[in-house]
Amino acid sequence: MTRKPFLTVSLLLGTALILSVALGAVTIPPGNAFKILINQLPGLEFRGVWPAYFETILWDLRLPHTILVALTGAALAGSGAAFQGLFRNPLADPYLIGVASGAGLGAIIIMSIPQAGRYLVPLGAFLGALLTIIAVYQLAKVGQMVPLTTLILAGVAIGSFTSAVTSFLMLISDQMVLQAMSFLLGGSTVTGWEPLVIATPYFAVGLALLILSGHSLNVLQFGEEQARQLGLPVEKVKLFIIISASLTTAAAVSFSGVIGFIGLVVPHIIRILWGGDYKQMIPLSIFGGAITLLISDILARIVMAPSYLPVGIVTAMIGAPFFLWILRRAKKEVFW
Amino acid sequence: MEIKKISAHYGEKLALDQISLAVRKGEIVGLIGPNGAGKSTLIKVLSGVLRASGGEASIEGQEITTLSPAARARRIAVVPQARQLGGAFSVRQAVLLGRTAYLGFLGKPGERDLEILDWALKATAVDSLADRKLAEISGGEQQRVLLARALAQDAQVLLLDEPTNHLDLKYQVSLLRLLRELVKKEKLTVLMAMHDLNQISGVVDRVALLVGGKLMAIGVPEEVLHPENIRAAYQTEVELFHHPGSGKHYLFPKT
Repeated sequence: MTRKPFLTVSLLLGTALILSVALGAVTIPPGNAFKILINQLPGLEFRGVWPAYFETILWDLRLPHTILVALTGAALAGSGAAFQGLFRNPLADPYLIGVASGAGLGAIIIMSIPQAGRYLVPLGAFLGALLTIIAVYQLAKVGQMVPLTTLILAGVAIGSFTSAVTSFLMLISDQMVLQAMSFLLGGSTVTGWEPLVIATPYFAVGLALLILSGHSLNVLQFGEEQARQLGLPVEKVKLFIIISASLTTAAAVSFSGVIGFIGLVVPHIIRILWGGDYKQMIPLSIFGGAITLLISDILARIVMAPSYLPVGIVTAMIGAPFFLWILRRAKKEVFW
Repeated sequence: MEIKKISAHYGEKLALDQISLAVRKGEIVGLIGPNGAGKSTLIKVLSGVLRASGGEASIEGQEITTLSPAARARRIAVVPQARQLGGAFSVRQAVLLGRTAYLGFLGKPGERDLEILDWALKATAVDSLADRKLAEISGGEQQRVLLARALAQDAQVLLLDEPTNHLDLKYQVSLLRLLRELVKKEKLTVLMAMHDLNQISGVVDRVALLVGGKLMAIGVPEEVLHPENIRAAYQTEVELFHHPGSGKHYLFPKT
């Protein structure tokens, strides 16, 4: 299992996808779910007996939701890994350093402007994320370094501030807008294929840019001074990584709300299992994030079925203790 | 390498004051001087980490202060002190990063990069450690890995910043011996900041003494490492001894 990382994560992702379309308030046996999905492909026909509404639930509700959840988890873990590499800090996570809240505020501002269309929401989230990360970075920087404590403190401060502004904007909004905003609390209630079509280009571009930055992140692990001496154009590369990670975080927040801890926990597990080479770690974290958020989302659906628990609650309940464990471990961590 | 009237500032503070010196191919010039004299600053300016506020530097006639980071890294390689290494990398991965200036954005090595990687690992005798993690090897071995990484840069000029700091005596001696052999064989141009005044005399061809950002003396060790120079630079009285066998000079503080 640990020898072939990409095979392992592919198998796990396949399993999680099937379970995610099968389980929920109405359970579709995974075998039938698999057959119904295969039947959508041209030229293939599996015979089987199932009620017709299985196909409706699966195709119109569960599948778009599942894909969105997988993309969101991938984006959060991918950008988390990139932020950790950029700051050379194992606790960097789009949620903890305030970038996700900043993206949320950007999205809310666009939503509260009646003239702005739904298509502009990801752009607002992107700008919100970018401004937040620049502010946090400037606040947290001590000389050339970004120490763990100042990074988290600056992230918490900026994150609380942007969350407060977000809450304020939600309070003064009218009912219609409020409903549109409620997903930002960290539970994806966006359903159907339309949001997915809008979202996919953002996810695809952001994730591709993150995968491309693996080598630069590796060089940066020796510190900015050595990276420059090795011939890396450090300022350009940092900007590239910040933009890629902010874009990816913004895509996740615009369509699924502010979900914490995936970006922290997943890259950490990947690093423990398969080492700290970012060329490999970024794509593996992307897979791992999709798997982890899918499992969290399945739990969110079945724990209190038929009602749906916001998935952000599940990730926080699992993630917060994990965060404390890393904090203790970080003191004697050999890899940092 | 020709350095002409290089100056540098940290904020308002003058850190280097019109330094001029030249290092020939195959020559090792040692940089000595008290803390804060500007040894590390000179290395930072030459390697592009700190911008010079005046003067110029060139390698084989090519002005370097205006080059891009990659173009500069193909001409100048730095061996830093073995601290703050990315411990999760293997020795091979770390040395391969010396090829950064030749690789594309994705960092995919070609055949020539892998050949030079193998050569650099062997030349510094770390090839047997190639698959070990940096965090698992000793400080002396890490320092050799950093030398291997600098060699992989395939640069004419090597800059070393107190490479023997924090090393056991055994590793200090073997590193300096290795360095000298490589420099003579590959005809490299080397500028090396050092702390230990006695250790330096057996290794370098010439010594440059920096004090308060100024070049106070430059020449063969016997000339520069003179008790009067040392008193002026370090405000310390030293006595000069001759080793009866080798005839080399040694300095000891008066007690």
